[in-house]
Amino acid sequence: MTAAPVIIAPEVEENYLNVRYGVRSWLLTKDHKRIALLYLMAITGAFFVGGFFALGVRLELLTPAGDLLRAETFNKFFSMHGIIMVFFFLIPSIPTVLGNFLLPLMIGARDVAFPRLNLASWYIYMIGAGFLSYTIVAGGVDTGWTFYTPFSTIYSTTNVITAALGIFIVGFSSILTGLNFIVTTHKMRAPGLTWFRLPLFVWSLYATSIIQVLATPVLGITMALVGLERTLRVGIFDPSLGGDPVLFQHLFWFYSHPAVYIMILPGMGVVSELVPTFARKRIFGYTYVAYASVAIAFLGFLVWGHHIFVAGQSMYASLVFSMLSYLVAVPSAIKVFNWTATLYKGSIRLTTPMLYALGFIGLFTMGGLTGLFLAALGIDIHVQDTYFIVAHFHYIMVGGMVMAYLGGMHFWWPKISGRMYPEAWGRMSAIIIFLGFNLTFFPQFVLGYLGMPRRYWSYPDEFQVLNVLSTAGASILGVGYLLPMTYLLWSLRYGAHAPANPWQATGLEWQIPSPPPEHNFERTPVVTRPPYDYPGPEESRG
Amino acid sequence: MTRSPILPFLPFRIFPEQASTLAPRTDHLLYFLLGTSAFMSVLIAALIVWFSIRYRRRPGNEVAIQIEGSNKLEIFWTVTPLIVFMVAYAWGASVYFYAYTPPPDALQVYGVGKQWMWKFQHLSGQREINDLHVPVGRAVRVLLTSQDVIHSFFVPDFRVKQDALPGRYTEAWFEATEAGTFHLFCAEYCGTLHSHMIGSVVAMEPAAFEQWLAGGATLSPAQRGQKLFQDLGCNTCHRSDTLARGPDLVGLFGKSVRLQGGGVVTADEAYIRESILDPAAKVVDGFQPIMPTFSGLVSEEGIIDLIEYVKSLQGEEKPGP
Repeated sequence: MTAAPVIIAPEVEENYLNVRYGVRSWLLTKDHKRIALLYLMAITGAFFVGGFFALGVRLELLTPAGDLLRAETFNKFFSMHGIIMVFFFLIPSIPTVLGNFLLPLMIGARDVAFPRLNLASWYIYMIGAGFLSYTIVAGGVDTGWTFYTPFSTIYSTTNVITAALGIFIVGFSSILTGLNFIVTTHKMRAPGLTWFRLPLFVWSLYATSIIQVLATPVLGITMALVGLERTLRVGIFDPSLGGDPVLFQHLFWFYSHPAVYIMILPGMGVVSELVPTFARKRIFGYTYVAYASVAIAFLGFLVWGHHIFVAGQSMYASLVFSMLSYLVAVPSAIKVFNWTATLYKGSIRLTTPMLYALGFIGLFTMGGLTGLFLAALGIDIHVQDTYFIVAHFHYIMVGGMVMAYLGGMHFWWPKISGRMYPEAWGRMSAIIIFLGFNLTFFPQFVLGYLGMPRRYWSYPDEFQVLNVLSTAGASILGVGYLLPMTYLLWSLRYGAHAPANPWQATGLEWQIPSPPPEHNFERTPVVTRPPYDYPGPEESRG
Repeated sequence: MTRSPILPFLPFRIFPEQASTLAPRTDHLLYFLLGTSAFMSVLIAALIVWFSIRYRRRPGNEVAIQIEGSNKLEIFWTVTPLIVFMVAYAWGASVYFYAYTPPPDALQVYGVGKQWMWKFQHLSGQREINDLHVPVGRAVRVLLTSQDVIHSFFVPDFRVKQDALPGRYTEAWFEATEAGTFHLFCAEYCGTLHSHMIGSVVAMEPAAFEQWLAGGATLSPAQRGQKLFQDLGCNTCHRSDTLARGPDLVGLFGKSVRLQGGGVVTADEAYIRESILDPAAKVVDGFQPIMPTFSGLVSEEGIIDLIEYVKSLQGEEKPGP
């Protein structure tokens, strides 16, 4: 939080970083850009704590016997890994950092609609994170991030209540951020910035926000019910009290499936910015890409039942959920085709952000295609609850979402910090992360079809080779993540000063100095052109 | 032992055995999906690499050719995947139907999951823990429940999986196609020693299975159920004479039962189980809800015995009304 003075060189003009100093000026700020940086520090901390637990899991799985950690500890490790990464890193990551920083800049506004609420959202996040930190210190929780009943409500002897409370609280942060973004997008757009002139990142944030506002309350209710059943034995989920354990799964996935789209839609938005910028080309099929985000947000609410095909759900319900799951894949496919087509006849530069964007397209495609395996009822029976699932959702969330997040961080780093990152290091890290990621998670697809169940502390010997490959990949991936962390911090002091528009990009955020002044725009911009209005020798229709 | 249709030359297994009638069905769908996915992945990757090289920024290619889009292409790449998806959907659904529709003549076994073991009960009386012996070439229906948390019955070489839920019965079935010992896993995380809740399904030639089944058998579940029925005093109300205060159970199993306040229910395992543990839930028309619950008084195994006893009362067919 006190890193701010480091960034400032004496000759730099007044900007949002140097306009005020001191801890108070950060902790009481209502500036969306400073709040974005508060979030950046919080979620980076969450990422590395979550990563530490992943490291423990992968090291334990290096050998078939349960030898490095005790069984209880291993179960807590994968549970804490999942809870931290999903609720405290992936879900807030792009919206709260890049979204907070960029949404007002991209629509030509001075701030979000409710700046105080925006700061409150960060404090709510921190309170939730406090409960979670307490949970870790008090010995952790061993329910998995999914809190399945009646294990979580009756049988687990770990800190379920405080973990559930942390998730319950952080949910409000998510809801309020979503609400803020919806109102901001509706009411604060600059003159001339019609809906179809909005950058696609704004469309995807908008779709994400709708999901956050509508789905997160269900998670809150579900977590509250888990807490009530654990303390007061109310009998919602435990069959010995007259409850239904599968009801929990319906409620949990009614949130947690849309939550997957909370995680991936902003990533898609980032990629929709990066690809046109570094191909110097209008995005292919703008309206299709924009509406695809909305379609994903809508259909994403109707597929939760595909998580419970083997949990005793009616066969006919499964048939419907399987069909809807295939439908939700269509808009994702449309996006992939449009990004690819955008490259055609472009003027492409493979900068660090572009490498991340192309990596995203590849890994997201693989994650999406393996989702089609899981949506097929007959295949799902076999691979449900195996490492196939683990590989699939890591391809979406880490291969997709984290790649997009890092691509976006590099792309907007000059705007955020006023400094350029070292390009050669950036490209090298992007490639290391891509390779390490595939080595970690591709073997897990094979492992899953072979039959290794997830959340196993020990396993039969025949699974070892694939597990060793995976752990080797994870160590490469770990190094890959430490590199950007290191050189981005390095660039704060030693990086070259960033010009206003180092990428010759078209967005409004690039028309103001880097870093931006406190109130963003001296005069409210008037928008007269479509987004991604890059020059071309002639206009042509494909 | 290893018969891996994919990359058989590798020094380690990457593909499970195909040891049930379901396994090849699941795998054929897998091959279809692998084929289409590999095609799509390679196509996208090749296009990205090709475009990135062909249209890299260099002297003479400083500006892009601006293309807004193409409605024809958009329709093409919306409809084409949709068609492929619907094929995968229908195929997946047909495999699912097969996997969850046991043949009527299947051999029945009860399976009870508890932290952290599997308990199996054969109808002839054999009980097993963590092992399940089955005959090759005959459909086996496993009626599953759990004593505590949710577990999942998973036999990778059979491509079979079904959650075992506390408080109700679910069913899985399979027909082993080759003799051998196959992994049985618990696939739903169930607490500390989840990864130790593993065992084996031993598929045996029918003759060997019959021999195994005969050895060591004590009382059948139905016989134990009859004793339990008397010990618990069930027979004081459930009887066929005029002193009956509860429905007569002879010939009941598999029939439709008219309920108080309208509605009809089939008297299957789940209904009998529910009636023992929560008798007031579905009261038979013409009777008072006076039966006490036996929840906590009778174990999951005891309930299985009682169900099998009720099933065994089929013989004495009574004349219709």
